[in-house]
Amino acid sequence: MILWVVLAAAVAGLAGVGAYALWAPRRLVTPGQRGSYEALSIANQAAPALRSGMSAEAIGRALGPLRSLLATSGVIVGDETGVIASDGVEAKNCDLLGAAVRSVMDQGRPVLLSGDDLRCDHLAGRGLNTGVAVPLQVDQKVVGALIAVDSSAPPGLLRLCGEVAKFVSTQLELAELDLSRRRAVQAELQFLRAQISPHFVYNALTAIESFVRTDPDRARELLVSFAEFTRYSFASHAQYTNLAEELRLVDIYLELERARFGSKLGVTLKVAPEVLSVRVPSLVLQPVVENAVRHGIEPKGAGSIKIEAVDSGAAALISVEDDGAGVDARRVASALAGKSASVGLHNVDERLRATFGDGHGLVIETAPGAGTKVSFSVPKFRSHAPRSGSGYAKLAAQ
Amino acid sequence: MTDTGAVVGVVAVSLATAVVGSRGLRVSRTRDDFLVAARQVPSGLNAAAISGEYLSAASFLGVAGLAMADGVGALWYAVGYAAGYLVLLAVVAAPLRRFGAYTIPDFAEGRLDSPMLRKVATGFVLVICGFYLLPQMEGAGVTLQVAFGGPYWVGVVVLGVVVTGAIASGGMKGITFVQSFEFWLKLVAIALPALALVAVFHHPSLDAVTGKAPAVFERATTVRFAEQTGIRVTVPVRVVIHGYVDGTAHDATPPASVELTPGVHHVGAGTSISFPAGSAAPTPTSGVLTNRQWLSPLLLLGGRSIHPLAATYGIILATFLGALGLPHILVRFYTNPDGQTARRTTAIVVMLLSCFYVWPALLALLGRIEAPGLYLSKATDTVVLVLPRLAVGGVGERILSALVAGGAFAAFLSTSSGLLIATAGALSHDILAGGVKAFRLSALGAGLVVTVAGLAVRGSSINVLVGWAFAVAASSFCPLLILGIWWSRLTRRGALAGLLLGGGSASGAVISAMAGAATTGWPAILVQVPAIWTVPLAFAAMIVVSLLTPRSLPSDVMGKLRALHLPEALRQPGLSDP
Repeated sequence: MILWVVLAAAVAGLAGVGAYALWAPRRLVTPGQRGSYEALSIANQAAPALRSGMSAEAIGRALGPLRSLLATSGVIVGDETGVIASDGVEAKNCDLLGAAVRSVMDQGRPVLLSGDDLRCDHLAGRGLNTGVAVPLQVDQKVVGALIAVDSSAPPGLLRLCGEVAKFVSTQLELAELDLSRRRAVQAELQFLRAQISPHFVYNALTAIESFVRTDPDRARELLVSFAEFTRYSFASHAQYTNLAEELRLVDIYLELERARFGSKLGVTLKVAPEVLSVRVPSLVLQPVVENAVRHGIEPKGAGSIKIEAVDSGAAALISVEDDGAGVDARRVASALAGKSASVGLHNVDERLRATFGDGHGLVIETAPGAGTKVSFSVPKFRSHAPRSGSGYAKLAAQ
Repeated sequence: MTDTGAVVGVVAVSLATAVVGSRGLRVSRTRDDFLVAARQVPSGLNAAAISGEYLSAASFLGVAGLAMADGVGALWYAVGYAAGYLVLLAVVAAPLRRFGAYTIPDFAEGRLDSPMLRKVATGFVLVICGFYLLPQMEGAGVTLQVAFGGPYWVGVVVLGVVVTGAIASGGMKGITFVQSFEFWLKLVAIALPALALVAVFHHPSLDAVTGKAPAVFERATTVRFAEQTGIRVTVPVRVVIHGYVDGTAHDATPPASVELTPGVHHVGAGTSISFPAGSAAPTPTSGVLTNRQWLSPLLLLGGRSIHPLAATYGIILATFLGALGLPHILVRFYTNPDGQTARRTTAIVVMLLSCFYVWPALLALLGRIEAPGLYLSKATDTVVLVLPRLAVGGVGERILSALVAGGAFAAFLSTSSGLLIATAGALSHDILAGGVKAFRLSALGAGLVVTVAGLAVRGSSINVLVGWAFAVAASSFCPLLILGIWWSRLTRRGALAGLLLGGGSASGAVISAMAGAATTGWPAILVQVPAIWTVPLAFAAMIVVSLLTPRSLPSDVMGKLRALHLPEALRQPGLSDP
């Protein structure tokens, strides 16, 4: 009995899912709604490809949907080099079309193409002897042209083609915007890399120098560490690394600081091995530790630092705590806002937020004389971080 | 009949777990151990942790118990539990680690860009964890019952309280170390008694299995009949009875011995009968297989031959494909630094599991020969716990029962803590959208629900319950993972349809099987080994609906497939981040 109920429920479920999948668009009542739905959903299929810019491959992927939007036999896109992609017609070897593209780009306005412009074997053979060519503009600059060809060109085709070209242009502009934002983020990271503070370089070299006569072996080791540190910091490695790598850099850094402070600098590391594989933007941990040394330990002359990374379900909690001088809360706020000379924390905070969202910035607990604790959480998996669509994740595309 | 050895074993395991669990962070104070602390977990340790979390009550008690009751065909469960990792190794381990997904809902959302899919996946995580937690609770109930002689609910409540408390208080920090410790514990706790028993039984005569002499009680044995049972006596035997036999009450003090004549006797529920050493064991009139049936290589559902080939294929499908979709296992893979180590870890897991499953098979055989009383009391699931007592006496018995009780408790602890963490994680992260506090509340709530439900499943076979959890996983997450990783044309709607249809029908079948529907013929196969039809159904639904709905294709499919399949070193920086 229950078996039949279950089977019936399963069949009903199958039917329901199938109906939902197949007939969702048809539930729209008026023809107008249906028309808008179809046009927009086709346009949205073209959008992701266009958002990756004006490359032959991307345009090629977008042309299918664009042709169904225009409902013509063929669609062609070209730039100053000639035809770059076409759909529905074979246009690669048609010099005449390349010429048409260039002339539209020169004139900067829509042009009707007649049989003379379309006398390629392939087009003429199929009776496609009329067409419309419209320019594609990004930031007021003509970057290419869109051509629709068919056996007859109804008067409205020019306007429809113009609207489609505007849509394409908007998407290309967005692609351009993405690109410039990516460049900005990358520039910021490069800036941080160049931020190994002169202060640190001076201190490290002085410390090494003090060992040169008394303990040449130690001095040599420290120089190797210093070289390794600078190499890691300057190298244009991946935007992301894992926590284990970051801890390695911290270790090298602390080795150099220990040379200076000797036994006056105590370091405790507490790590849950589960979180070592967590991916973090590179160079997020070392600046925080350096901050603890410079603003916590250095003013006091001695102290200890505790670095912790623990597992908390879907996120890893990372904290750096020192028992040093502590800072006034207002100065911390202005440092985080990027208004003070200490760029490190501000930059780390910005990048954490840009990558994981505003809930994952630095949390700083401090008061004068009470030490400082800087902590942040890193999600173990990020499916669609708030700004990743334009920020770090897409740096990869370059 | 409290067994001090077992008490010591259970308490020692709990304490050791607490110690390893709370000190499981690596701490360093000097330069040298800084590097050690920051080093990735080696594959061997991680593999032991995965195996530790995986080997549950079903493996430790259930496989031997079910094989003893339903014949060697039940060993297909053991084969499947180990072989599931072979599928995992070949098909999903490395790509999934490269993708960086931490949970299955993460993967569902990340691969298909659908928050809706994430919610549905979370729902199935809860369903699977639920089905899987119940047998752990039952196992704990049975184990403590055997060890301490108390009522069934004591074990369930003890396990519920210990696990829920440990997780809700945040006491399970070094989970990798805990789980790997418990793997080795379980391996020793099952292998050592099995070896000792083989030695003690002096190479037992295989006649008992091949069908000549009737099984014999080696030592004086008291059998407690939980329910009304008919028994067939072949050789007259003098026994001491407490309770009802053939409608006559026997409760004289001091107990008088009564002769059971050859023939069929009806024993009332709650009766206990003490048999002297060396007497031939009676057989229940129903439910015990002949030796020929017992040796059949195909799975006999509930000990009856109902389309055994179909049942076997059903279990093979469920266990081979179900391991992919277990929510608490995937989380452990995240500890591997990259895809290659994930693969190496899985290969080691397969080997470790294979080493483990030899022993339950051996114990089932020994149980059939040496512990015929379990057939009478219908407590074959306790065979692993009872055997050491039957075989050896004195200190040896104490040590062995401490070992098996401790090992069994380790099995419940590790699996149920992994499952409860997965449940609480899914609840707090995807449903309550909260932080640490929400996690603790979810752990408390889920622990309470499972403990109460654990009281209700008494008497079902542990292994069958776990097999059902695998069937639901195989019909929901397995198609999602396999198609999601290997098929570029999978769409949101396709995934959703397959998940709902496959997972829903498997859950429905399992629930109707629990409710006792359809116990004969093909309907019994369809509800009791649902994987045989729900897995193909889920795959078909995903593929067909995906092909019908190309418009709901997620964006940047190629980028995602690259993130899944390109080795980390070949990948452009950052591409791994979907």
